This record gives sequence, structure tokens and C-alpha cells, in this order.
Amino acid sequence: MPKPKTSKRTPHRRSGPRLLDMPGLWANRHLQSAVATLGRLMHTPLPTGMTIAVIGISLALPAALFVVTENLRTMAGGWDQAAAISLFLKQDVDDAGAARLAEQLRARPELAQVHLISREQALNEFRALGGFEDALSQLKSNPLPAVLALYPQAVSSAPERLQALHDELMTLPEADFARMDTLWLQRFQAILDLAQRAVLLLGGLLGLGVLLIVGNTIRLEILNRRIEIEIMELVGATGAFIRRPFLYAGAWYGLLGGLTAWFLVTIAVVLLQQPVSRLATLYRSEFPLTGLGPLAMLVILSGSMLFGLIGSWVAVNRHLRGAEPG
Amino acid sequence: MISFEHVFKRYPERGEALSDLSFEMQAGEMAFLTGHSGAGKSTLLRLIGLLERPSRGQVIVNGRNLAALPRRKIPYHRREVGMIFQDHRLLPDRSVFDNVALPLVVAGLGQREIGRRVRAALDQVGLLSRERATPVALSGGEQQRVGIARAVVGRPPLVLADEPTGNLDPDLSREIFGLFERFHQVGVTLLIATHDLSLVMSMPYRTLTLADGRLANDSGTC
Repeated sequence: MPKPKTSKRTPHRRSGPRLLDMPGLWANRHLQSAVATLGRLMHTPLPTGMTIAVIGISLALPAALFVVTENLRTMAGGWDQAAAISLFLKQDVDDAGAARLAEQLRARPELAQVHLISREQALNEFRALGGFEDALSQLKSNPLPAVLALYPQAVSSAPERLQALHDELMTLPEADFARMDTLWLQRFQAILDLAQRAVLLLGGLLGLGVLLIVGNTIRLEILNRRIEIEIMELVGATGAFIRRPFLYAGAWYGLLGGLTAWFLVTIAVVLLQQPVSRLATLYRSEFPLTGLGPLAMLVILSGSMLFGLIGSWVAVNRHLRGAEPG
Repeated sequence: MISFEHVFKRYPERGEALSDLSFEMQAGEMAFLTGHSGAGKSTLLRLIGLLERPSRGQVIVNGRNLAALPRRKIPYHRREVGMIFQDHRLLPDRSVFDNVALPLVVAGLGQREIGRRVRAALDQVGLLSRERATPVALSGGEQQRVGIARAVVGRPPLVLADEPTGNLDPDLSREIFGLFERFHQVGVTLLIATHDLSLVMSMPYRTLTLADGRLANDSGTC
């Protein structure tokens, strides 16, 4: 409250506040109303807590699915480094021949990169990897063929073009067989896209649920405070004054529910961190599970607050009609 | 201050509550409104406070034609009319202070100003020491005084009372009417609906008598 102005404003009070004082007064009233509403909600911790928990759990479900799909996406992103096509050369093609073929393929415009794994390299890698040391030392000659790992340009990595390339490579005299490595990855990515869309739909649906939960809670609250509302109208409360605390209550329910959802998901991520990294270790990789980032958190909080606000707005407009003389 | 011109009020379920009612009250006047139950006393007060609108005719309060008042202006009109009810209409779960402060809170006054005015109003009705009590802890007469303090705390130029002593014994009633006289002395316009005829007779004020929604008698037109 700007105190020095108070005494000056008193004569104007009846005709409403002066225009110049409006922004400060307006903000002040809203702040007061918001804080007072929060205080009132905290006054009845059990029903308030239950409403918030219901909202939190409803929103935690799509948020958790979002975390799952995001993590799968990061994981799949790591596999993008894999070659699209592995071209296995015939046994009788020596390393020099393989290098010559690699050179030819590098000239092709649709290939971004061609990586040659010579027979020697393949053998070394196999040795290091599998613990087949003893078995391999028994062999007189290297049983492994040379391999060309082909990385196509981004524009050429569509499944049908990869297929065409694959078929063409198979006709090369040096080629034993060619394997397409990334088709399954693309399918996986498509599934992820689908899952993400499903998360969005589920989020929208459960957001609608939040809207209904808040709307119903506010409706009951309006009914409970019917007498108080009547008396306030009697002593000259404006419709906005009466509506304001209910709208704030809706926004608070949404915001606190969103925070609960975030908290639940974060707890789940923390609890899953260790088993996931153990699993990753078994697959000889590292995979740090990521939780909800700041952007996702912002979306959840503002979204749930908005749903809460809309829910209470609907209830308020249905059940509070303001001072209406009969 | 108040002017009724050929006012009719018809309820769909009860028929005519007021028919062709015309009267005027000057600013600063104090008057009683009597008549048997159902004569239309409450309806008349409700029209002034704009709790209802007339079916026909004009009601002018404080120079304002209520028929022309848009809905969003109604709260501001009510802030200029203090209303007192037989059943007090207090909030049972709020303190006496909060109840009396309600019109000022609703009007958006600052904390300090509210505190000052509420205590002044409670002082006028002799309940300054009970500001922390809840209405339930008060006697009927005290509750009605809280209702009166709430009606005058916003310093409205007009105060309406609907059977303010309906549930009180004669001594308490006399006390309440004494309060009204004090407000009258400082220039507030008062219209008090009551059927406490002996008390009305004992006081030298104008009395409007309603019968079947018509003005049956007006003692002392000004």
C-alpha cells in the first residue's frame, strides 16, 4: 500500500480508485488475494492435499512417459553413429583390393563416408572383444572378410533409397553380401515418434481430467461458501472480488499438482538411476538416465496451472452469477 | 434521498407484493415502516438496496434512478446503503472484527484505515471489547449490534433495517432504537421496518404504514 497516497485518495474512494493508482492497487489486491487464497487452502490441509495429490498423480503419468521416450531417444541418438550398410567382401579380396573398392565408393555422391575395416583389423577387433584368443590362434589363416562400413548422406538415408543402394552393392563382383544396419533403427525412431505423440495425447486427456477435478472442487467450495458469498454481495462486493479467490484457488491447485507430478517423476528417476546404469554396464555401455529438464518442468507447471485456472473459471462462471437483483 | 413513483412489484408465485406505491424521504430523515407481515415491508427495502428490481415504476435513491443502473454498478450502489437484517446475516466462523470489516475489505480499503474505522464503528455500538469474539459467542442483542456496526462502518448516507428487533426483548429493542437515533442525529437517513408498534409510537418520527402492498397511512409527510 502506498501510504502517503491513502489519505489523499479517501474522498475518491466511493467512485472507485483513480486511474493513476490503478496498476499498483490492482497488483496489490491480486497479490493479497493470491496469498490469502493459499492461506485458506493450507487451512484445510487434508482435502487440499488430496486434491493436489490426485492432480499430481494424473500429471505424473504422461510426464513419466515423456521421460521414458526422451531417454530412449537419447539412447537411439547414440546409435546413429552406426553404419547404414555393412558391405562384406568376398574372402579372396585382399586388403589392397578392398582399399581400391573403398576409394571407388568414396567417389559416389550419395555416400558421406566409407570406412574400411581390413581383414587384419577385423581379426584384432574380434580377438580383443570375444575372448576367442585361443580358438583364433588355432587357425592357420584369417577367416574374417574385409568389411566396408558405408555412411550415406542424410538425404540418401530414406529406407527405399538405402534399399536401392543395398541392391546395387550386391551386384558388385567383390561383394559377398551387404547388410542394412539402420533400418531397424529408423523403425525404432518411428515408434518413438508415435510414443511421443501418444504422450502428448495422454497429457491432453489427463490435463482435461485436471480441469474437471479442479472445476468440481471449486464448485463444491462455492456451494460451501454460498452464505458468505451472499453476504459479500450484500455489502457491495463486485463480481470480480468474489470470483478472484476461486480463480486463484484453481491456479494454486494446478501449480501445486504440477509440482507434485514433477516431484514424483524426479523421485522415480532417482530410484531407477542405479538399476539402469547396472543394466547399461551389462551391455558394455554407459547410460545416465535424465529426468525432466527445466523446459519440460516449465511446460508441466504452466500447463497444469493453466488447466487449473480454466477449470475454476468454468466452475465460477457456472455457479457465480454476481449480484443479480430478482 | 428515496423516491418511489408508482412502484409495483409482482412475484410470479405470490402475486402482487407492492402495488402503485409512491412516497418520498428527504436526506437526513428517520422513518419507520410498519404493517402486518406480508404487507410488503421487506420487499420495499429490498427494492431500495437493489436486491430486487420493481416490476413497474421508478425507484430513485440518492439521486440515482435504480432502473437505469447497470448490473456491474450494483455493488457500488450497495456500498452506499447500509442494510440490517432480523437474522443479522453475520459470518459465524469469522470474528466480530472481520464481520464488521467486510464492507471495507470488499471496497478495497487499506489495513490501517479498516482497523481505524471498524474500531470506531464497534465503539459506537458498544462492542469494542468483543472484537475477537465470534458471533456465536454473543447474545442476540450483541449480534444485532454487530450487524448494525457492519451497516454503518462504510459511512453510508442511507441505512435500512428490516425488523432489527424482531427477536429481542423490549429493553434491548429500546437500546437498538437509541442507536438508530444517534445515527439520525449525525445526518444519516434511516428507514426501519418494524412491527414493534408501541416503540414506534413512543418516538416522534414519521411512520409509513403498508397494507397489502399499498401505502395505507403516512403520519407526517415532510
